[in-house]
Amino acid sequence: MTDTAAAPAITPQIVAEHGFSEDEYANVLKALGREPNMVELGIFSVMWSEHCSYKSSRLHLKKLPTEGPQVICGPGENAGVIDIGDGQAAIFKMESHNHPSYIEPYQGAATGVGGILRDVFTMGARPVANLNALRFGSPDHRRMKHLVKGVVAGIGGYGNCVGVPTVGGETNFHPAYDGNILVNAMTVGVADQDKIFYSAASGVGNSIVYVGAKTGRDGIHGATMASTEFAEDSEEKRPTVQVGDPFTEKLLIEACLELMATDAIVAIQDMGAAGLTSSSVEMASNGGVGIRLNMDAVPQRETGMSAYEMMLSESQERMLMVLKPGREAEAEAIFRKWELDFAVIGEVTDTGRMVLDHHGKTVCDIPLGPLADDAPLYDRPHVPTQPPEELHNVPMSKDIGADLLTLMACPDLASRRWIWQQYDSQVGGDTAQRSGGDAAVVRVHGTGKALAMTTDCTPRYCFADPEEGGKQAIAEAHRNLCAVGARPLAVTNCLNFGSPQNPKIMGQIVGCLKGMSDACIALDMPIVSGNVSLYNESKATGGGSAILPTPAIGAVGLLDNIEHMATIAFKEAGEAIFMIGYGAGHVGQSLWLRECHGREEGPPPKVDLDVELRHGAFVRALVAAGKVSAVHDIADGGALVALTEMALAGGIGARLDMPQLDNPGAALFGEDQGRYLITTSDAATITQMAEEAGIFLLALGTTGGETVGGTGFDVALETLKDANERFFRDWMDS
Amino acid sequence: MKAAVVQFPGSNCDRDMFVAVRDACGADTQFVWHGDTDLPGGLDLIAIPGGFSYGDYLRSGAMAARSPVMQAVVKAAARGVPVLGVCNGFQILTEAGLLPGALMRNSGIDFICRDALLTVENADTPFTRGYAAGDRITIPVAHHDGNYFADDDTLDRLEGEGRVAFRYTDNVNGSVRGIAGIVNEGGNVLGMMPHPERAIVPLHGGTDGRALFACLARTLA
Repeated sequence: MTDTAAAPAITPQIVAEHGFSEDEYANVLKALGREPNMVELGIFSVMWSEHCSYKSSRLHLKKLPTEGPQVICGPGENAGVIDIGDGQAAIFKMESHNHPSYIEPYQGAATGVGGILRDVFTMGARPVANLNALRFGSPDHRRMKHLVKGVVAGIGGYGNCVGVPTVGGETNFHPAYDGNILVNAMTVGVADQDKIFYSAASGVGNSIVYVGAKTGRDGIHGATMASTEFAEDSEEKRPTVQVGDPFTEKLLIEACLELMATDAIVAIQDMGAAGLTSSSVEMASNGGVGIRLNMDAVPQRETGMSAYEMMLSESQERMLMVLKPGREAEAEAIFRKWELDFAVIGEVTDTGRMVLDHHGKTVCDIPLGPLADDAPLYDRPHVPTQPPEELHNVPMSKDIGADLLTLMACPDLASRRWIWQQYDSQVGGDTAQRSGGDAAVVRVHGTGKALAMTTDCTPRYCFADPEEGGKQAIAEAHRNLCAVGARPLAVTNCLNFGSPQNPKIMGQIVGCLKGMSDACIALDMPIVSGNVSLYNESKATGGGSAILPTPAIGAVGLLDNIEHMATIAFKEAGEAIFMIGYGAGHVGQSLWLRECHGREEGPPPKVDLDVELRHGAFVRALVAAGKVSAVHDIADGGALVALTEMALAGGIGARLDMPQLDNPGAALFGEDQGRYLITTSDAATITQMAEEAGIFLLALGTTGGETVGGTGFDVALETLKDANERFFRDWMDS
Repeated sequence: MKAAVVQFPGSNCDRDMFVAVRDACGADTQFVWHGDTDLPGGLDLIAIPGGFSYGDYLRSGAMAARSPVMQAVVKAAARGVPVLGVCNGFQILTEAGLLPGALMRNSGIDFICRDALLTVENADTPFTRGYAAGDRITIPVAHHDGNYFADDDTLDRLEGEGRVAFRYTDNVNGSVRGIAGIVNEGGNVLGMMPHPERAIVPLHGGTDGRALFACLARTLA
């Protein structure tokens, strides 16, 4: 019998505090066949939270394409696994740590990195790269500098110490994130295909082993916090933010990989959100077995911890594993060598139940089937976003040079040097490209091939038209991988939205997923892992306003030969500059419209997936054949911003030599999709190859000189560089 | 040539150092665990790699300097065995008393990872004979506590004895007199904050660190 005598009675208030609706609590009673005690209520609470159960999104996530010949393991495990040839696999995932990072930016961001690292090395991979996708509010918001400094320091503080290079990412600013910033962290690892580890527990009687750091009272109810909107008391939730220890994580990586080199492990799972609860429940559920844990054996950092606290703690740097019979001593020796805790805390059973004993009493006895099967699943009402009207009164540029300087200096396009200089991007000795290019490139250690990685999303497009925006996020990721010469393989995502109980927000979710799905199918980039973060709304700023829909995409591609890799920098003066793809001067939702004309209007640019596919293949062929000296995709800010970024990266100017344009501003700053800029010393061959492939190619001009100029404008590189560097420098020094 | 790379809990440039020593020195290279009390016999080089030994808790390098293996390293250094400490390795060497001074928090407060332009000050040590005095070389830095400090007497002595091996051309971290790397009195112990093992092959974006390892091979082979 479960001991309930000492526990407080379960009142409606306690039920509500655990985040249950009336219907959900009725399902708890049905699943259990009786009233829960506090431990059981807590376990149901976290397992049925939005964060763990995906109750609002699950129905729609099922529609995403997740399969392909390159996929070894899709969604459902700790991370996605893809084939990168030679018996090797890339293992990767992206995850949010939004709410904690707003409350306590350093620890929130740091533990976000720690959590996603564990998801990857749990599966047997050595992490080889970290990326992050960050969205902040308006730079003049009173908290924002503190948040940016804290988040960047936290990401660096954790990643630098564990020795995994932080090689890329993206950062946007928009007032919609004033009360709810987004911190999405991605880790990519490499494993041998015959050494991949999964979470399904098996073997009745096998030991369940706890390794890593001790359990403390930190982070209790973090998953529940991540499943509601921010209220005025968000500051008071600081104790629910976990504290990271990257040193312990580094030891845990080495110890786990050392044990994984043997064949002692049956199953392994990290303790992430909802800690010991979700790890033990997932291991048992995935294996279709039961589990019995002795809470007295759990390594504890503090005295007098209750079973409730231990099960809900989100203390960091912990793992749970099932070992083969008789392998405990061997495993323990490895963890002792790395000065980590190691404790046998239970065993696999055949009961299909999760039973917890504490101080000689059974404090929890839950049937695992109903805990999973009766979990809430909602088909929430959703209203599609009305497509925006065509843009009226398309503006003209008064001064192309002045507009270019405005754009290069704006927060969304300013140099991110201040950020990435705080990240160790080189540790490991395999980094071939870090932040600042189209995609990060990291050599697969000891080989001549490399992984290319990028994170992408244009939230203002998603807000204006969720379906086109979702499509564009995938298409841009595809383009960024092709631009370095890599073959796009697969995608992870981090779906950040407001409250799913608002039909308009739910409509954004459904729309973005539809667009993503179409693009993933067309571009052959299945989604192999992901994470959903809802309720990104804040009452703290007095609005109850939702963030822009932000389905952040993390994509991975493969360069078969790292010798054939493209970068964005101009290499030599006197080379021809071409644009691949046709630009019709699409101004709607462009940064030029927003930054130079103060308007956030119109439809986002349309994505033609067939064009993306063909142009991507053409660019890859050019890179592989060594016919291009530089490649850059055209994205935020349009062609002239892309060209200026290439000039600044190479320290070489450019002269545009183009025909008379009806609206030069629209042509040069429009954000039409599917386009790349390339440079070459062999214009004739490129032109011929494009003709043969049926690719639209436009000669733009020539590299060289100390300025970026064309008809009616001529701006010195030094001036452009200063404009580009100014934002972070001035902001952080102010 | 025979070399050892010491591993502490939290070392994270150990593999990079191993690869550089193996490939650029062509040395028979092995790892040595911090808990070992003895070093392998016949070593021609001991490398103390970068990272965050013991999480940089207490003080960067302070706990690692008291590891069992460091007593053996101190003895080997006294016998004249070349010891190279990079980044956290430099911090450990100062904490172990093999080199004077201390590495404080960067003057800009933040962690900094970027290329640093160095001037080779002394090209007559086992580590720097591949360069000429006055050479400008580009070597990456990646550290939070790289701001070298020592009192004026110590600094004057270092300068007077030609023990400043490298100086920052653009002082990235506020180091006193721009000092990036120093050697001990015997010239066989070098500590430096920049990472020569990150500038070995073209993939790294520069190869200016290779000469440091290559000349060790020539000197010690």
